[in-house]
Amino acid sequence: MKKLLKKITFIVSTISLITLSSISYAEDQIRIVGSSTVFPFSTAVAEEFGRSTKFKTPIVESTGSGGGMKLFCSGIGFEYPDITNASRRIKQNEYNTCSENGIRIIEVKVGYDGIVLANSKKGSLYNLTTRDIYLALAKEIPVNDNDLTLIDNPNKTWKDVNAELPNIKIEVLGPPPTSGTRDAFVELAMDSGAKSFTALKDLRSSSKEGKAEFKRIARTIREDGSYIEAGENDNLIVQKLEANPNAIGIFGYSFLEQNSDKLQGSNVNGVEPEFEKILSGDYVISRSLYFYIKKNHIRIKPSLLNFAKEFTSEGAMGFDGYLADKGLIPLSENEYEEVKINIINLVELEL
Amino acid sequence: MSKNINSMMLKRQSAEKRFRFYGQASLAIALIMLVVIISSMTYRSIPAFTNYGLNLNINLSNENISQDNINYRRLVRDNISLLDSGCDDRKCRKEFLRLFSSGAAYELRDTIENDPSLIGKDFSKFILFSDDADLFYKFGIDNSLPESERRLNDREITWLNGFKELGLVEKRFSTNLFTNGDSREPEIAGVLGAVIGSLLTILITLIISFPIGVLSAIYLESFAPKNKLTDFIEVNINNLAAVPSIVFGLLGLALFINFFGMPRSAPLVGGCVLSLMTLPVIIIATRASLQSVPPSIREAALAVGASEMQVVFQHLLPAALPGILTGTIIGLARAFGESAPLLLIGMVAFVVDIPGSFTDPATALPVQVYLWADSPERAFVAKTSAATLVLIFLLIIINLAAVILRKKYQLKW
Repeated sequence: MKKLLKKITFIVSTISLITLSSISYAEDQIRIVGSSTVFPFSTAVAEEFGRSTKFKTPIVESTGSGGGMKLFCSGIGFEYPDITNASRRIKQNEYNTCSENGIRIIEVKVGYDGIVLANSKKGSLYNLTTRDIYLALAKEIPVNDNDLTLIDNPNKTWKDVNAELPNIKIEVLGPPPTSGTRDAFVELAMDSGAKSFTALKDLRSSSKEGKAEFKRIARTIREDGSYIEAGENDNLIVQKLEANPNAIGIFGYSFLEQNSDKLQGSNVNGVEPEFEKILSGDYVISRSLYFYIKKNHIRIKPSLLNFAKEFTSEGAMGFDGYLADKGLIPLSENEYEEVKINIINLVELEL
Repeated sequence: MSKNINSMMLKRQSAEKRFRFYGQASLAIALIMLVVIISSMTYRSIPAFTNYGLNLNINLSNENISQDNINYRRLVRDNISLLDSGCDDRKCRKEFLRLFSSGAAYELRDTIENDPSLIGKDFSKFILFSDDADLFYKFGIDNSLPESERRLNDREITWLNGFKELGLVEKRFSTNLFTNGDSREPEIAGVLGAVIGSLLTILITLIISFPIGVLSAIYLESFAPKNKLTDFIEVNINNLAAVPSIVFGLLGLALFINFFGMPRSAPLVGGCVLSLMTLPVIIIATRASLQSVPPSIREAALAVGASEMQVVFQHLLPAALPGILTGTIIGLARAFGESAPLLLIGMVAFVVDIPGSFTDPATALPVQVYLWADSPERAFVAKTSAATLVLIFLLIIINLAAVILRKKYQLKW
């Protein structure tokens, strides 16, 4: 018994010594944080970079766009990340925080991501307009086009929303408010739907307060069970859609692409959610993806610039690159050229 | 009168029978749940344990090359092109190449680096198919769907069927699952990095929480004066055991990373955070097992003149050890399956390299399960179940250790 205690003490102290003596920072290892939407692309590049060069594989964390910006902008040095991914552009206040901490940023636009509304192939295909989406999902809607009197959303079925749609209960599985996908969805789909009401459109252009009020009306999603928050996990939504053919799910295009044998994407404003249509911008619910490089770190981490070059290479970000295989919608040729030039000249972002 | 007693007896007996039945029924339900979980996990994970591939002839004999100037990617590409694809344009060749794992070039590099004598020879190397082709061999494909909605087009299906008819296709056990770190390609992704990350983390947790937990329990139990302050501490320890684990993550971020400046994503920090979570469990378990040692032992030792410290370390602690070890291991097992606090200290990350020390970036097994469950590629569904099985297996081993240790040091009064 005493022996055992002694043994434990010995092992414990040995290991503690080893641990304490091994504290050091990985000098030239890139650290990436940020958006969970960019995560699958960023990791694919990181892996390729780690395998095809002599540099260490970058560490990619999925913290969400906002969380990533916060970490990224908090300082310069080995303990702060070198790159942050974002599924939206950097905000002015985030940029200011960065500048206050002496951080200079290079912005790289990576490509586009479509947000799709899809249901099981067992159900019927929906032809939606953004107005339909707004009418089906908003918490409050105006009584008619020219009247700003708001009522609680009374629509129970898609037919209530639009007589041409099937008589099926509205059941939409989508991301929770913490998700970047949700932000982008309400901004792109709901705003555009709300704008189709003359009264709301006038409200938006009336004044600053009016604009804020418009945002509140357009972007508040109903909470009576028609919109079901299904968590951040898109795979889970896909599985639930298979089980319930009447439900519609909201998620990123790459999940639709991977499950195209089971799911169909609803047309929005008459446009199918297809690679070419998102690329051309005809499909309206699509957003830009970015990553931001900390210019101050380029000198201390030689691999950083190489990583940026790998990410923006033809083989990765190009039209036939491996990121397109993973579901990224590539940039147009002009945009792509601009991104490449920005990287070569290390052009700093000014806001 | 006797009739009355008989009926009362009957009533009591049937109440007892009913109670026994309820007990058995709940046990049965618990067992069925366990069986359902494990068997559905196992069933879903089956595809993850095998991979399809083919033996590719690698032609290295008629080329003037040394180990330094081999372009492995090109080498694989050229040798794949020797298979008859019937392609004459770039797009077609690209589709053909896409049937094979993008990791093939790196596996070939490892093979040649391990055995440089292969240079100058012709040999055959087993290379894996990509995830879509692999799923095709495992599950087939729904031909009734239009071509654009399938993951593989008609031409690709013809090639894959062709390989099969020629007898080139081979199914092998997927060693990658156990020998590789994470990857974005399902066919080469493995759990080794996560398993090692988890073990390093748990080791740190053990090192920190075991001695501190046991010593503070001993002090509180045997030496501390009974007053308001110790009561307050006691209440707090009991409360800490019930705090949601994410809170410890927040604390860890503020304390270990921001204040002490420890590296992010490291098992060292993960272990520190999890030990905060495990400490109260160990303290409570240790106190409970110290209390369960019969007072006669303590009194006898004191009566023959042992000091308070001798009583504790020579008599109480050995007798309480089985209980302490069980409590510790249960606490560690809980920490092992924890992912929420790791989120905030950066261990929910994509880490390819297998961690070699306590300060290398690492991830943990529950986090790996989460990351795979969130990946769009369908082949990761099976991988997720396989990783869960590995997690369950490791937890069973940990619990088994608890049982064995308890048996070994059990004392009978």
